[in-house]
Amino acid sequence: MATLKVGLVSPEREIWSGEATQVVAQTVDGQLGILPGHTPVLGVLLDGSVVKVTPADGSPEVVAMVGSGFFSVAFDEVSILAEQAVLGRDVDVEAAQRELSEAEGRALDDEAPVIQRRARAKLRAAELEA
Amino acid sequence: MGAQLRLLRRKIRSVKSTAKITRAQEMIATSRIVKAQQAVEASKPYADQITRALTALISHRVGIDHPLLREQPEDRRSAVLIITSDRGFCGAYNANVIREAEALIARLRERGREPVPYVIGNKGITWYRFRNRELAAQWNGMSDRPDFAGAERVGRRLTEDFLKTDAEGGVGEIHVVYTEFVSMLTQQVRVLRLLPLEIEETTSGQVLPAYEFEPSAEAALDLLLPNYVESRIFHMLLQSAASFHASVRRAMKSATDNANELIEVYTRMANQARQAEITQEISEIVGGAEALAESSAGSE
Repeated sequence: MATLKVGLVSPEREIWSGEATQVVAQTVDGQLGILPGHTPVLGVLLDGSVVKVTPADGSPEVVAMVGSGFFSVAFDEVSILAEQAVLGRDVDVEAAQRELSEAEGRALDDEAPVIQRRARAKLRAAELEA
Repeated sequence: MGAQLRLLRRKIRSVKSTAKITRAQEMIATSRIVKAQQAVEASKPYADQITRALTALISHRVGIDHPLLREQPEDRRSAVLIITSDRGFCGAYNANVIREAEALIARLRERGREPVPYVIGNKGITWYRFRNRELAAQWNGMSDRPDFAGAERVGRRLTEDFLKTDAEGGVGEIHVVYTEFVSMLTQQVRVLRLLPLEIEETTSGQVLPAYEFEPSAEAALDLLLPNYVESRIFHMLLQSAASFHASVRRAMKSATDNANELIEVYTRMANQARQAEITQEISEIVGGAEALAESSAGSE
């Protein structure tokens, strides 16, 4: 069966890469599932969302929180580029919770919703991974 | 004579401890170069991917238009981003960068533009402050181990200023002066124009896939271009950091070599002084004995 070559990268390093059967990412318009043979797409990720990757070797699903970024699909190659990206298993749950409560306590400026969304996505990623 | 010997021994001791320090600095710098190079490597996948996506996006649409791609001849102010280090002990690293930056500033003035310096690194900041030159913005703490958050801060500020007009304190173009890490032995100061971005027509044979855009091409471009600028700045910061560590290593190596040479010279001088002292002592004893023998011979 055809597989997808997936790379999840942040500017500082490559977070995860490998073969996968399915990738689910969230754009501003909604969730997008990518299977092998998908038409080429370049999409904008929702800032503070969760990306799910199902590895081809049957190992458990890889879940990651992504901040501002985008993904591109072409010829069964999926690259997910995010300025902030954390794997679910690397999430520091306590720190994320603290970030969330701090952001909730703050006045509603421009930054607060983004920080809140990112913190929630981190927690969600950690939960899904567990 | 004894005083001279003591003085030389003291000098040897002090130079030896200096050599120990510079040698340690040299080794620290060596290990940091490796880390800096790894950071450059690690940042490559992202940089390559974003360049590819941007190429795909731009080559898709003819006559693409975006504020970050637009020339702004009506804005006479030009930003010059100068990447220096926070610390010294790095030979001519900062002097080279500043010299290039000053040359660029002079060139821009000749073309009737008004250069505005934006400086990264304490060394550059103090250089401009000392000369009472105005800085549009300054950052520090990102010359040793740059992180992306730093590049993001710099990139945001620069794109914001680029989108403003002259009257609002904005700039019409952005130049960068940084140091490229060519190899362990060669680092080259580079000057390039970061914004507006230039679209180059290339005829590489690779056919790009016909992308669909989610939610739209405009939205993708709006996100990609600033990210691309930040990724370029991050790349330049990483290159400069690697070059900085290489310069430190070289400077510290030559300091250690000099110190070792000095120790050799002082050791020779100390040996000579010691021998002279012994010779003198012997001749004093012999002289004394002879004088004694003569005086006792005279009394007989």
